[in-house]
Amino acid sequence: MNSLNQTIAASKASFFWQWKDINFGTIIALVFLVSLICAAVVPHWFTNFDPLAIVPRSAFESPSLAHWFGTDQSGRDIYSRVVYGTRQSLLIGISSTGIALSIAVVLGLLGGLGGATTDRAVNWILEVLFAFPSLVLALLFIAIFGSGIGPLIVATGLGAAPGYARMVRGQVIAVRNSGYIESARALGHSPLRVIFRQLLPNAMRPLVVMLTMGIGQTIVWASALSFLGLGNKPPAPEWGTMLSLGRDFVANAWWLTFFPGLFIVLTTLSTTIVGRYVQQRLEGRLP
Amino acid sequence: MSGKVLVVENLNIHFGNRQVVRNVSFTLEAGQTVALVGESGSGKSVIARSLIGLAGGNSRVTANTLLYRGQNLLTLNERKWQSLRGREIGFILQDALVSLDPLRPVGKEILEVLEIHDWGTKTSRKARVIELLERVGVPEPTVRALQRPDQLSGGLRQRALIASALALEPGLIIADEPTTALDATVQAQILALLKKLTNEGNSLFLISHDLAAVAQLADKVLVIQNGIVVEHGPTHQVLQHPQHAYTKSLLDAAPAEHPRGTRLSSSRQVEVRPSRPEANATVILEARNLAKNYVGPDHVSRPAVQDVSFDLRAGRTLGIVGESGSGKSTVARIVLGLLEPDGGSVALKGLPWVSAPPNSIAERDRRPHRQQISIIYQDPLSSFDPRWNVGQILSDALDVGGVAKSEIAREVSQLLNKVRLAPDVATRRPLELSGGQRQRVAIARAIASRPLIIVCDEPVSALDVSVQAQVLDLLADLQEELGLAYLFISHDLGVIRHVSDEVLVLHHGEAVEYTNAEDLFASPKHQYTRSLLNSVPRLPSAHNRVPATELLCDE
Amino acid sequence: MNTTYETDNHTKQQSQSTSLFGKRIAWRLGGAIVVLWAVATIIFFAVLLMPGDPVLALLGGGSGNVSAEVVAEVSKEYGLNEPIFTQYFIYLGNVLSGNLGTSYSQHLPVTQVLDEHIGPSLQLALCSLLLAWLIVLAMTIFTSHRRSWRGRVGSVIETLAAAVPHFWIGLILLSVFAFGLRLFPPAGSNGWNTLVLPSIALALPLAGFIGQVTRESLDFTLDQPFILTAKTRGLSDVGVRVKHALRHAVLPGISLSGWAIGALISGSVVIEVIFSRKGLGRQLYQAVLSQDMPLTIGISLVVAAGYVLANLFVDVLYQLIDPRQERVQ
Repeated sequence: MNSLNQTIAASKASFFWQWKDINFGTIIALVFLVSLICAAVVPHWFTNFDPLAIVPRSAFESPSLAHWFGTDQSGRDIYSRVVYGTRQSLLIGISSTGIALSIAVVLGLLGGLGGATTDRAVNWILEVLFAFPSLVLALLFIAIFGSGIGPLIVATGLGAAPGYARMVRGQVIAVRNSGYIESARALGHSPLRVIFRQLLPNAMRPLVVMLTMGIGQTIVWASALSFLGLGNKPPAPEWGTMLSLGRDFVANAWWLTFFPGLFIVLTTLSTTIVGRYVQQRLEGRLP
Repeated sequence: MSGKVLVVENLNIHFGNRQVVRNVSFTLEAGQTVALVGESGSGKSVIARSLIGLAGGNSRVTANTLLYRGQNLLTLNERKWQSLRGREIGFILQDALVSLDPLRPVGKEILEVLEIHDWGTKTSRKARVIELLERVGVPEPTVRALQRPDQLSGGLRQRALIASALALEPGLIIADEPTTALDATVQAQILALLKKLTNEGNSLFLISHDLAAVAQLADKVLVIQNGIVVEHGPTHQVLQHPQHAYTKSLLDAAPAEHPRGTRLSSSRQVEVRPSRPEANATVILEARNLAKNYVGPDHVSRPAVQDVSFDLRAGRTLGIVGESGSGKSTVARIVLGLLEPDGGSVALKGLPWVSAPPNSIAERDRRPHRQQISIIYQDPLSSFDPRWNVGQILSDALDVGGVAKSEIAREVSQLLNKVRLAPDVATRRPLELSGGQRQRVAIARAIASRPLIIVCDEPVSALDVSVQAQVLDLLADLQEELGLAYLFISHDLGVIRHVSDEVLVLHHGEAVEYTNAEDLFASPKHQYTRSLLNSVPRLPSAHNRVPATELLCDE
Repeated sequence: MNTTYETDNHTKQQSQSTSLFGKRIAWRLGGAIVVLWAVATIIFFAVLLMPGDPVLALLGGGSGNVSAEVVAEVSKEYGLNEPIFTQYFIYLGNVLSGNLGTSYSQHLPVTQVLDEHIGPSLQLALCSLLLAWLIVLAMTIFTSHRRSWRGRVGSVIETLAAAVPHFWIGLILLSVFAFGLRLFPPAGSNGWNTLVLPSIALALPLAGFIGQVTRESLDFTLDQPFILTAKTRGLSDVGVRVKHALRHAVLPGISLSGWAIGALISGSVVIEVIFSRKGLGRQLYQAVLSQDMPLTIGISLVVAAGYVLANLFVDVLYQLIDPRQERVQ
C-alpha cells in the first residue's frame, strides 16, 4: 500500500509545470523581501523625495509619473513615505517576533521539558494569557506604558507570544516522546547530551519557519496599533500611521490608504511564501 | 450463477511514463477464488483497484479484454462505475480501523451501501444491516451496529467491513490483504469466514502476500513480480511444485517452514548451521515477577504485564510471542530499563539492572552498563534522528562506546560491512533507503557497542517476506559471529519458530507457557498456545493440517 | 444466549462514556472560572499600574485647579484611599455582584455601556465567523485535492486573503462600496446593511487562514483508506467529500475557531472605529485613551469572559464531532 502511494506520488511530481511554478513565486517573494531590506537600510537609493517635506501646493495629487503613488494632504510624496516606512515596519516586525519567540521558547521549553507540575503551571499561565485577545493585551500594555515605538514592539510581541508558546511546547513534547530520543536513551547517552544535541535542535526546527511567517503577521498587528494612534506619532512615515492619516480622505483620495496597505499585504505574502519554502526544504523532499 | 465472472486479457497499467503492470491475464469463474500473490511494489494492489475503476487519477488502464460478467469495464464512465461499485463488485480493504470511517458507527457504514443504490425502505435497510452482521458472525449485532470502529475489537470491525462489502450480494468480491493487520487467532477466524462465504457460492478475488493464507482459500494462484505474472495455476500445483525461481524463493523464505539453523534467503541449497551453544550456557539476563499496570483513557488501572519471569542465556535466543495487547512490548521496555515496572526485577549478568519502587535503580547507575544491551525496533525510521545520515547515526552510537574520533570513520565502514551494506550508504539518509536497508542500519547501530544482548522488538514484521528472510539470516549470522543473545519479540509464530531456542508465550500480560522451542511446537501444554499454533496457516507441503472451520471466538 | 447481559454491559459502557464526557465538561468549566479569576486580577493590577491620576481623569481633565476638598471627597467616594488589598477585595466583590461601577468618561454605569454595545459586537463577531466558515467550506470542498489548476488557485487565493490586514480591506471596501458605489452605509450599527462591509473585512483574512489549514486537512483526509472504501460503495466524489471527509477535515479548523474568535475580537477594535459602529472594541479603545478605569476593567472582563466561554464551547463542539478518546492525527 505504501509503495502504491509512492508510485502515485512519483508520477505526480513529474508534472513539470508544477515544480517550475513553485520556484517562480518563491523567487519573486525573495526578490521583494531583499528589496525591502535594502529600502530599510538605504532608502535614498530608491527615492529622491524627502518623506517629511511639506509641499502644500502639491496636496492630493493622484498617482502620476512625478509622484508614483500620489501625494497626501500635506503634499508629501507617498511613494517615498512608503519606502522610508519600510525601516520602521521591518524593525517592528523583526523585533516583535523576536520578543514573542523568546518568551515562547522559554515558556514552551519549561512546559515541555519540565516535570508534570511545571508543565501544568506553564499551561495554566498560557491559558490565562490566552484568555486575552491579543489586541486587548496589547492595549492594556500600552495603556500602562504609554504609546510609542518601544511599547508598540513589546505589546505586539506579547500578543503573539502565547500562540507561539503553545506551538513550541507541543513540539518539545512531541520530540520528547519520539522514537529517536528513546533510542538515544537506550544507547546510554547522558540526559544533557540528549537534550542539547538532539531534542532542542529537532524541536526548534519549525521555529525558523514560524519566525519567517511571523514577521508578516506582526507587521499587520503593529500597523493596526499604529493605525489606532498608539504607535509612532505622525508625521513619522510608518505604514499603519499612514493608513490612519489617510482614513479621513478615503472617499476622494484612495491612494493615501491603498499603497501603504498594499505594501503590508505584499510583505506578509512574501514572508509567508518564503517561510513555506524554507519549511519544505527543511523537511527534505518527502516521498 | 455460472459462467465467467471476470475475464482479464493483457492488462497494462501506466502511471505517467512508468509501466507498473504488464500483460496480466486471468479468468475467474463463478464460485471460484483466485489469489494474486506478490510483495510490495509488485502491482497487485493497483490491479485490484483497476477492477473497480479506482486505480488513481493519473493512471492509464488498458487491456485487450476486461469483462465483468460480460460487461466491458474499459468503456465505463464514472457514473456507470458508481452504479457498479458496491452493487455488483464489493471491495474489502485491510485494517478496518482505518478503512471504515472512524467517526461513524459501523452500522451506518453498512447502511450507506444500501442507501446509495436505493435498496429497500428505511425499515428494511435497518433489518438488512442486522442480518448482515449476523451472517458475518458479529455477536449482539443490534448493539455493535451503533459502535464506532475504535470501540470494536480488530476481528469485529473487520467482519463489519466485510459485511458492508456483501450488503448487496455482489457478483464479485475483491479482498486486498483482508487479514494482514490482524492478530494470528483473529486472522484464522476471518479466513474461516471468507471460506464460508466462498462455500456459499461467492466469487472472490484475493490479494495477498501470505502464501499460506492463500493456500487455504484459493482455487487458482497467480504469482506476480514487478508487474508481471511469473507463474499461475491451480493452488496445489503452484505451491507444491513451483516452476519459477521467484515462486520458489517466496516459498523458501517462509520462516515457519524452515527449522532453526537453516538459511532462508540463499539461492544455494538450504544449509544447516553448526550447532548452537548448549542449553546450559550462562544466564546473562534474569527477569523475575515483572508486573506493570497502565491507566486507560477511562482512568481505570489494568495490568499490562503480570508476574512474568524468564532467563536469557548467552548466545541463545528467547522468543517472546503474543498477540497485540499481550504485553510483549512492555516487557521489552522494562528489560531495557526504559520503563519502570510496578513489581519484579531484572538482573544483568548478576548485577541489579531494573527494580520496582521503592528499590528502583537510578538511571545513572545503569548508564555505564548500557553498552551491553541494545534494541532494534519494528519501525527503524522513527528511531533515527531525522536530521542525520547513516554515517552520523552510526558515529553517534560509536561515540557512546568511547571510540576515538580518528577511528570512527573506519569503524562505521566495518559496521556497514558486517550488515552487508556498501560503505557509501554512510552518506545516504534513512529516508532514501528501503525498509530492509533501514533495518540493517538499525542492526549496525545495535552491534556498534559490542553488546551481549539485543532486544528485537518485531524487527521483521513490517518487511516483505523475501526481505524478512535476508534480515533473519543476517541476525542469525551475527549471532553466531559475535556470540549475541537475542530477546526476540514477535506476534508471528512462524518467525518465532524459526529463530528461537526457548519460547515464552504471553497472553493478556501473563506467561502461559515457557519452555524450549522444540517441546513447545511439538506438544504445547496450554490451551492458548494450542489455539495460537492452530491459527497459523500452513502451506500444504507441511505435514500439519489446519482445521478448516474451527471458530474460536475470543471476543 | 447472553444477549441481555451483554446489552446491559453495553448500556453501562455507554453511560460510562457519557458521564466521562460530563466530567470533562465540569472540569473545563471549573478551569475556566479559575482562569477568569486570574484575568480579573491581572486587569486590576494592570489598571493600577496605569499612569495618570484617576481622580483627575474622573473629573474630566488633566488640568490642575482642583481644590483639595473635592479631591478628598472623590477619593473617598471611589475608595481610592484604601490600601491596595482592600481595594482588590472590594473590586472582586463588586465584580461578582455585578456592580462594575461608573464610567469616568461617560458618567454612566458601566453595565449600561456594556448593554448598549455588546449586541452589535456579538452580531459582528458571529456574522464574521459564519461568513468566514461559509467561504472556507465552499472553497475547500470544491477545489481541494484536484490535480487540475483549481486546487492551486484555491490555495493561492487563501494565502492572499490571509495576508490582507482587515483594516486595510475595510478601508478599501468603505471607499469602493460605501462612498464610491453607495451600496452600503459607511457608518451605523442598525440593520443588516451595516453588517455587510465590516463582516466581509473581518471574515476575509480569517477565511484565508482557516482555509489553508482546512485545505491541508482535507487533502490529507482524502488520502485515507476509508475514503477509498466509501468510493468502492459507489459514492460520488462530492458525496465522499461531504459525507465522509468533511467531518474529519474541519476538526483542525474548529480547534482554531477558538483562537479565531479572539482574532475577531481584536480585529473588531479597528473595524468598529473605521465603520463608526457601536461595539465593545471601540469602547475599550476609547476607554484606554481616556484612562477610564472602570470602563476598561468592565469591558476587559466581559471580553475575556466571553472569549473563555467561546473556547469552552469550541472544545465541546470538537468533542461532539470527534468523541474518540485517543485522537489519531
